[in-house]
Amino acid sequence: MTADSLTARIERVYRDEHGRVVASLARRFGDLDIAEDAAGEALLAALERWPADGIPANPGGWLTTTATRRAIDRIRRENQRDAKHQAAAMITDPTPHEPTGAVEDDRLRLIFVCCHPALAPEARVALTLRLLGGLTVAEIARAFLVPETTMAQRITRAKAKIKAARIPFRVPNADDVADRRTAVLAVLYLVFNEGYLASGGADPIRTDLTAEAIRLTRTVRELLPDDGEVAGLLALMLLIEARRRSRVAGGELVTLDEQDRGGWDRVLIAEGHALVRERLTAVADGGTPPGRYQLLAAINAVHTDARDARDTDWNQIVRLYDRLQLVEPTAIVALNRAVAVAEVDGPDVALAITDRLDLSGYHAWHATRADLLRRLGRGDEARREYDAAIAATENSAEIGYLTRRRDQLRPQQGA
Amino acid sequence: MAQYLLSVVGTSADYDDVDYTDPAIQQMFADTGKFNDQLQADGHWVFGGGLTNITDATMVDSTGGDVVVTDGPFAESKEFLAGFWIIEAADLDAALKLAAAGSKACQGKVEVRPLQGDPTAE
Repeated sequence: MTADSLTARIERVYRDEHGRVVASLARRFGDLDIAEDAAGEALLAALERWPADGIPANPGGWLTTTATRRAIDRIRRENQRDAKHQAAAMITDPTPHEPTGAVEDDRLRLIFVCCHPALAPEARVALTLRLLGGLTVAEIARAFLVPETTMAQRITRAKAKIKAARIPFRVPNADDVADRRTAVLAVLYLVFNEGYLASGGADPIRTDLTAEAIRLTRTVRELLPDDGEVAGLLALMLLIEARRRSRVAGGELVTLDEQDRGGWDRVLIAEGHALVRERLTAVADGGTPPGRYQLLAAINAVHTDARDARDTDWNQIVRLYDRLQLVEPTAIVALNRAVAVAEVDGPDVALAITDRLDLSGYHAWHATRADLLRRLGRGDEARREYDAAIAATENSAEIGYLTRRRDQLRPQQGA
Repeated sequence: MAQYLLSVVGTSADYDDVDYTDPAIQQMFADTGKFNDQLQADGHWVFGGGLTNITDATMVDSTGGDVVVTDGPFAESKEFLAGFWIIEAADLDAALKLAAAGSKACQGKVEVRPLQGDPTAE
């Protein structure tokens, strides 16, 4: 093995274990900075030691032990300076080691801290990726297209607020957990989308983002097994992730109707469908009506149920979008519904819907209109919409797809 | 335990032409009184009180050497501090719970800010 690939392997192990290491130290020491710094020092130690000694059998345990030692060293040094700090640091979690079975996962506590409603939404995403996902500040900055200094400041400020305002390191109690889980799910879905939608398939880090989002969502589901929206979000992610390999071919985006369905991951689809069925049963038995994630999962279940794009039950999809519009009356939902309406009522009806949406800065609005105009034989208008869509996205796979579609338009007669 | 300042945000509408015989206003005072009693009973209370109208404020500035006294804040702000509590709470979640109850009682928005601890302890 070359030195470079060993370093890459160590860094991957480190990223996989980062959330566990930081969460464990954060609970033990009640201080995110100490936990994060110690985790970083443990990585440096691993990069120094592992090339000679080999990667240990339990790398997570090694990293946690090493990080803990470093943290204790640091706290000793600081305690000599000021004993009060220790008192403050130790008060954060007054009920350690309660026997709560599956929920006893420090990473869950950390998720609820990172996604606390007292933090700005963009800070929640950044903190979750930094502390749980183990991504570097530079990687997060790149994923969200902001300068690294801006991202560093965002994370630093959020951590300062957690400390100064004493955001507790614990899973919220039963009264609060429903509201707080909504904030957590929003963050996880954003992370997933950043990995899935924004990437051109070129950046491997973003594949890590979808995997990370799924892993974290699975963890949340362990905590809240009866929560329909948690199950819905997990199902949604699995059913989207199942199509990932077929979604980009030759560096170009492949739309759902043109995807090689044989390339879909049947294992993920089976798991996603099982979750959707579980929710349908629960709702039929008088459970809470489905929220946005369950409805989106159901829509994706209909898509993944069709062996061939032509077998898609579009009527069912339109009905699900109708329900989704009730719980989430946004222009983006209306746009996605229009795509389904085009299959049921025709592209002219769908186009009329998009006319009423104020989404001119959104590439998918232009791309959808371009396709509808193309199907209506309105080539010149379609071309203009393709151009607008291309200008509004930086995603290379999407640009590739849109450019090909535009160039396939027949030259206009006369005009 | 940490201390938090719960600031009640008010506007001049809370002071101008208030009809104190209005049952809703009386209810608000009663609820706020009950909330104060509860804070004291549960050991959260440090201090608290309602403020008179912003037009009663006086600004004192000795930063330039001389003492300059002027009538009220310089900026005409639409929203201002109308009342406050200083509370003791275990953590932010506990403080937010109390703030929610306080906001409901006094029918005003409440801003929660931690008081600075001993800076040498940081």
